[in-house]
Amino acid sequence: MSKTLVRLHAVTKRFGDAPPALDAVSGSVSAGAITGLVGPDGAGKTTLIRLMAGLVTAEHGSLDVLGFNPATQSASIHTAIGYMPQRFGLYEDLTVEENLTLYADLRALPTAQRADVFEELLAFTDLRSFKTRPAGKLSGGMKQKLGLACALIRKPRLLLLDEPTVGVDPISRRELWRMVRGLRDEGVGVVWSTAYLDEAEACDRVLLMNAGKLLFDGPPRELTRRTEGRVFRMVDIEGRRRPALAATLALPEVIDGVVQGRAIRVVARDAQHVPSVPREAGPHARLLPASPRFEDSFIDILGGGPGGESKLAEGVRAIPGRGENVIEARALTKRFGDFTAASEISFNVSRGEIFGLLGPNGAGKSTTFRMLCGLLKPTSGEGRVAGIDLRRDTAGARGRLGYMAQKFSLYGDLSARQNLRFFAGVYGLSGARKRQQIEQMIDVFALSAHLDMASRELPLGFKQRLALACAVMHEPEALFLDEPTSGVDPITRREFWCHINGLVEKGVAAVVTTHFMEEAEYCDRISLIYRGRSIALGSPDELKARAVTKDRPEPTMEDAFVALVEAYDRTQVAA
Amino acid sequence: MWARLLALIVKELLVVLRDPRSRFILVGPPVVQLVVFAFAATLEVKNVDLVVLNRDEGASGLELVRRIEGSPTFRSVLAVHDPKALQKAIDQQQAICAVHIGPSFSRDLVAGRPASVQFMLDGRRSNAAQIVNGYLGTIVNTYVADENERSHRVASTPRVVPRNWFNPNLTFTWFTVPGLIAIVAQLIGLIVTALSVARERELGTFDQLMVAPLRTPEILLGKLIPPMLIGLAHITLYVLATVLIFSVPLRGSLLLLYGSALFFLAAVAGIGLFISSLCATQQQAILGAFLFLAPATLLSGFATPIENMPPWLQPLTTVNPLRYFLVVTRGVFLKAMPFAEVVKSTVPLFFIAVVTLTVAAWLFRRRTE
Repeated sequence: MSKTLVRLHAVTKRFGDAPPALDAVSGSVSAGAITGLVGPDGAGKTTLIRLMAGLVTAEHGSLDVLGFNPATQSASIHTAIGYMPQRFGLYEDLTVEENLTLYADLRALPTAQRADVFEELLAFTDLRSFKTRPAGKLSGGMKQKLGLACALIRKPRLLLLDEPTVGVDPISRRELWRMVRGLRDEGVGVVWSTAYLDEAEACDRVLLMNAGKLLFDGPPRELTRRTEGRVFRMVDIEGRRRPALAATLALPEVIDGVVQGRAIRVVARDAQHVPSVPREAGPHARLLPASPRFEDSFIDILGGGPGGESKLAEGVRAIPGRGENVIEARALTKRFGDFTAASEISFNVSRGEIFGLLGPNGAGKSTTFRMLCGLLKPTSGEGRVAGIDLRRDTAGARGRLGYMAQKFSLYGDLSARQNLRFFAGVYGLSGARKRQQIEQMIDVFALSAHLDMASRELPLGFKQRLALACAVMHEPEALFLDEPTSGVDPITRREFWCHINGLVEKGVAAVVTTHFMEEAEYCDRISLIYRGRSIALGSPDELKARAVTKDRPEPTMEDAFVALVEAYDRTQVAA
Repeated sequence: MWARLLALIVKELLVVLRDPRSRFILVGPPVVQLVVFAFAATLEVKNVDLVVLNRDEGASGLELVRRIEGSPTFRSVLAVHDPKALQKAIDQQQAICAVHIGPSFSRDLVAGRPASVQFMLDGRRSNAAQIVNGYLGTIVNTYVADENERSHRVASTPRVVPRNWFNPNLTFTWFTVPGLIAIVAQLIGLIVTALSVARERELGTFDQLMVAPLRTPEILLGKLIPPMLIGLAHITLYVLATVLIFSVPLRGSLLLLYGSALFFLAAVAGIGLFISSLCATQQQAILGAFLFLAPATLLSGFATPIENMPPWLQPLTTVNPLRYFLVVTRGVFLKAMPFAEVVKSTVPLFFIAVVTLTVAAWLFRRRTE
């Protein structure tokens, strides 16, 4: 067993009157291993990292970091660790090299060693050719690599990384992982916090957290094994797979299920009872055993998914005309000065379809999305919602769409009820219909206990529900969801998608942006946005099929993304 | 349209009232202003210290010193016997003015020759020195006139008898407090509007608002009306305080005051919205608001007469809405300003409002695309 660097024993931390951010968490971090701190937003990951870095002190419990007590000896800890917070303090106007020099000064790296250390770090991060570029002009992935380089100026014994891959494209993400594995092999103890459950599987050891509580401590494979033999893929589904999913989730022997391209992923309650195939899936549908994932077991620990019934969708009237185009993008182009953020992007979304815009931050997916919901005027091309040209009648088109932003974007000072009233009002609902819709939302999303609380104080899951309620209260035909589930726990995410699936079945068209590969598979079709262009468009299965190679017969969505982007880069170089 | 507008107005008022920080802005600065301007920032000169060197041995010199001592303006009158002591008292700021009565004062007066008294004033405090000079001059002149009349030496000198209209005792708060109504309306109208769009941008609610089926005029009205309503509420509270606490007579029509206030608040809200459209955070908005507030207050005639400003600066005051509204608040309170006069001051406010609202609407549209 390798050396233990950090020992936590029953650590509790509270901020104000809120429920504890950390509730009696115990665990350890070893040298020469990557310890994953895994959990949704609000799980306590950042608090735990800041405790280890000696930036905050625990209320109860004991903590030992490299033999020091963080409460009293934080200075000794600071010199021995590398810490990369979520937003690393890079100076955007300084060049890559100046940033490195600054951190070398701050960490008192002797001048004699600098040339060698810089050379090594620049080679390690592959930033040598960008030495003189201001940090502000680097891509998200390169910024993270530079941040990592700055945190490594004096080789730490313990490296704390707080969500290093947020907003980073899959290619840079793989590079970051490669770099951190290299450090681990040199004996550094790494703490890697993440909300992406697929990253958990790559760690040597995982502390799985949810709402301040430690759910699991051990190698990820051990957790994944919980659902061994209980995971299946339902293939050859005839017709629409969302009603099939709802029917599957209604089976008593099923605890979880999600759409996965053309197939449905099913987790059984126990290994003895193989789930049956519901009638809705068609006569040819069958179950194939599948290898379990970390997320399956996480859901299992939490007691299973929320089921497949959407009370929201039940109350909505069906919109006839399936297959009609509701959202149309025609050669949408946006230029900011001489920078083209989005170039000639075209697609249609029809009733009952979920369309995904997939791509790394800064690729142009938000620009495209914002042009389609009327927040940004295209430089050329046109967008239509429900047949209304966004340029001609913006307000008319807006009345037909519902929008949910990535960040909580309701009025935090207003109570839940006041928010509902406000949004009902601005969408032109009044009188009995207004009251009825508000009552329905309160009922569907179980908001009644929180109605008079300022909405900024709502628990994360309720914020999510309230935001969705405000976006769909006026029964829009088109739904625009911007990174709707980033950072939320998997149960809330399933609940959210259950409502979206239900609404889509009633004839709503939805556009979803995501950089979350898992989520991309819930979509009917995806447009892969990269460097302002749509480089691939098709169903998740089609895109995955394009990445099939001899050594990789069953690529994941992320494999497909990387393969398509690399292929695109090659054509650009050739051209 | 009305239901949507009403929803916007209710939301805007709730946001301002439920956020502890903006609640503080509604209460804190207005109270501080009232206290500071009404009680502390006075231009009156009271509690003055003097030194007197009386080298005249006759009765007139003594009588003059008594009259000076008898004035309530002067806190202490120190008699010295040495010209050097006079100089020292001014040097060390023990006195703002030294009065020097020469040895021939009584003799000259009796002989009907021009008698003279010397004042040495502390020019470092120019404003107060000027006022003290005026007070002392009046005392000396009145005494000389009395003396001449009593002895019939001079036929009869013309006497100046001042009568102050509208504010007979020249009570300073009668002058400042009605002006404060305008100042507070400007402060609140500007800050609440300046924060409104910036707050939405900072907290991320702006996009959610912009995807709602609202037309730009609706959003603009929704952003302008609530600060104006809050401004009117503050005007009402200040009017009450002016009458009830400071006992300033309210001689004119409140209706005219409120009518004019609407245009003033519209002009100010336009400026606030302009600032807010430019700013991405509330902090920037507050800074922007104060960047406007300070010069607007200085160039309004609130504390210093516009006529005293250099000629090249004076034209700038003609675009300052506060300048016109100050005339209205003071006029309505002290002199029952007639309708035609109020209109004359309100017409410029109307034009300023048209300009600021147009520019704000243009910028808002441009910045939100």
